[in-house]
Amino acid sequence: MSAPATTYAGKTNANHRITEPALVRWGLTAVALVFLALFLVLPLAAVFSQAFEKGLGVYLAALKEPDALSSVKLTLITAAVTVPLNLVFGVTAAWAIAKFTFPGKNLLITLIDLPFSVSPVISGLIFVLLFGRQGWLGPWLDAHDTKIVFAVPGIILATVFVTFPFIARELIPLMESQGRDEEEAALVLGASGLQTFFRVTLPNIKWGIIYGVILCNARAMGEFGAVSVVSGHIRGSTNTVPLHVEILYNEYNYTAAFAVASLLAFLALITLAVKTVAEWKVRQQLGD
Amino acid sequence: MSIEVENIHKQFGSFIALNDVTLSIPSGELVALLGPSGSGKTTLLRIIAGLERTDSGRILFNGEDTTERHVRERKVGFVFQHYALFKHMTVFDNVAFGLNVRPRSNRPAKPEISAKVMELLRLVQLECLAHRYPSQLSGGQRQRIALARALAVEPQVLLLDEPFGALDAQVRAELRRWLRKLHDELHITSVFVTHDQEEALEVADRIVVMNKGRIEQAGTPDLVYDHPANPFVLNFLGNVNLFHGRLSQPGVGQHESNENVVSYVRSHDIEIERSPLDSTALKAEIRHIQKLGPSVRVTLAIDGTGEFIEAELTRDVFQNLGLQHDEQVYVRPRQVRVFVEDYQI
Repeated sequence: MSAPATTYAGKTNANHRITEPALVRWGLTAVALVFLALFLVLPLAAVFSQAFEKGLGVYLAALKEPDALSSVKLTLITAAVTVPLNLVFGVTAAWAIAKFTFPGKNLLITLIDLPFSVSPVISGLIFVLLFGRQGWLGPWLDAHDTKIVFAVPGIILATVFVTFPFIARELIPLMESQGRDEEEAALVLGASGLQTFFRVTLPNIKWGIIYGVILCNARAMGEFGAVSVVSGHIRGSTNTVPLHVEILYNEYNYTAAFAVASLLAFLALITLAVKTVAEWKVRQQLGD
Repeated sequence: MSIEVENIHKQFGSFIALNDVTLSIPSGELVALLGPSGSGKTTLLRIIAGLERTDSGRILFNGEDTTERHVRERKVGFVFQHYALFKHMTVFDNVAFGLNVRPRSNRPAKPEISAKVMELLRLVQLECLAHRYPSQLSGGQRQRIALARALAVEPQVLLLDEPFGALDAQVRAELRRWLRKLHDELHITSVFVTHDQEEALEVADRIVVMNKGRIEQAGTPDLVYDHPANPFVLNFLGNVNLFHGRLSQPGVGQHESNENVVSYVRSHDIEIERSPLDSTALKAEIRHIQKLGPSVRVTLAIDGTGEFIEAELTRDVFQNLGLQHDEQVYVRPRQVRVFVEDYQI
């Protein structure tokens, strides 16, 4: 009779030893939730409520407006060029850094991190200094009738620079933790370098790549500072979605501004969802 | 296929991993590279495989220089300590990998590959697991699959890097017996790395004892165990006791009397007696008794010098003597090896 009671008492004691009183637990949870509501849920709700303030018709009209459509198109083009470029670069760099030792490896890691440590505005200015009319390569570009700054190529260049580290930074720790054993096994079994990469390395980092691509894409579409410097803000021509939102806002056209902004908010939500799945899968890949 | 290792030297930064190593492995033998960690045994194995480059020296397979040959073309099978199975492939695809990556011109047809894979899975007694993933297997099963995968490409040499190192004691003992049996069936020249002397003594045809990038001794298990070339080999293959002393009269060769010498006695070569049978017995006091399954380890302090020695007795002998703590007894070394520096007298 007494045996179960003892076990039960023993269990509760054990729980007490490793947790805090209920008041502390609930208090901390409440603080976290309030913080979350204040800084994440509330702004998101504000964006959507402002966007739909004057009804669905006005919302759709703001999105269908030619300048808005052009900004969406430019943003999509920018992301469509940037993400594949950084994907190729990121995977190659991570592969080299994680699986080989070579002189200058640390320098390469530092260079990859550079865009993280430089303010986006400065990154934009670098391109103006390089390719602008008064810049180093300006006269040469003028002579060849090519425009980079205040045109689409400048926007893409700035975005590529700013989103440079995302995929590489995600893959390096993943690949380093996986080690070289599987690649070596493939080589000993007679696989060529390419076969090893596509059949062994790539499947092992699949979810890490997806995770990196999602983050890179979100940043490429949302980048403001660097793009703002090189874009020139020409309506219907060099305005991306974030720049268009700013222009509308400065014109006191709040509904239209928030309507376009809601597109970016949607992107954020989708990114979050895919990111959660990818993170979970990466942990699985590491776990095996 | 025979393997010749000629004057291999390998350095990582300032650390000398292999120092002028020369070794010859006859065709069809199962050879153990035995040594403590950092002795260079894994580096030597990886150089034979072609996974590591040598700074100088040559590797010959069947008399043919393969030093510059790419790992892909060496036709070796390699088994990794942590299996290195492809996590995202089934057991079947893992074993088939080496055949599937062959250029189309000499890649066997699908049904042939399938038959070959199933034959290998039968050989490692795991054909029922063909469609499982590596994460669903136990350590011992994974290592057997890794072996099947290595054998699929019909290697001329099989290299195993601490193949049982990550397994628990019982599975390890079972697998090494199985490996020995498999080797007797296939007769493929095999080299395996281990730091476990028991494993080397049980499985190998020849043992190569390595230390600090050099080969200390190479020979049959009986040779290295019964006639160790130097104190290191003696020390590494079993527990030994040290007695420091001086030569009382000019010994063999050029050794002078009064030269400092060290005698080594294996712990199971020490007999414990209640009364001294002759003058070679030393008086000692029992300090500690440790029972280890079938054997008993007794720690004794030698009277006078205070030196500690360990004796290993069978349980029967221990019980017949009825030994107790703090008792005075007599110890007599059965077999003594005396070394002056590195020379055995």
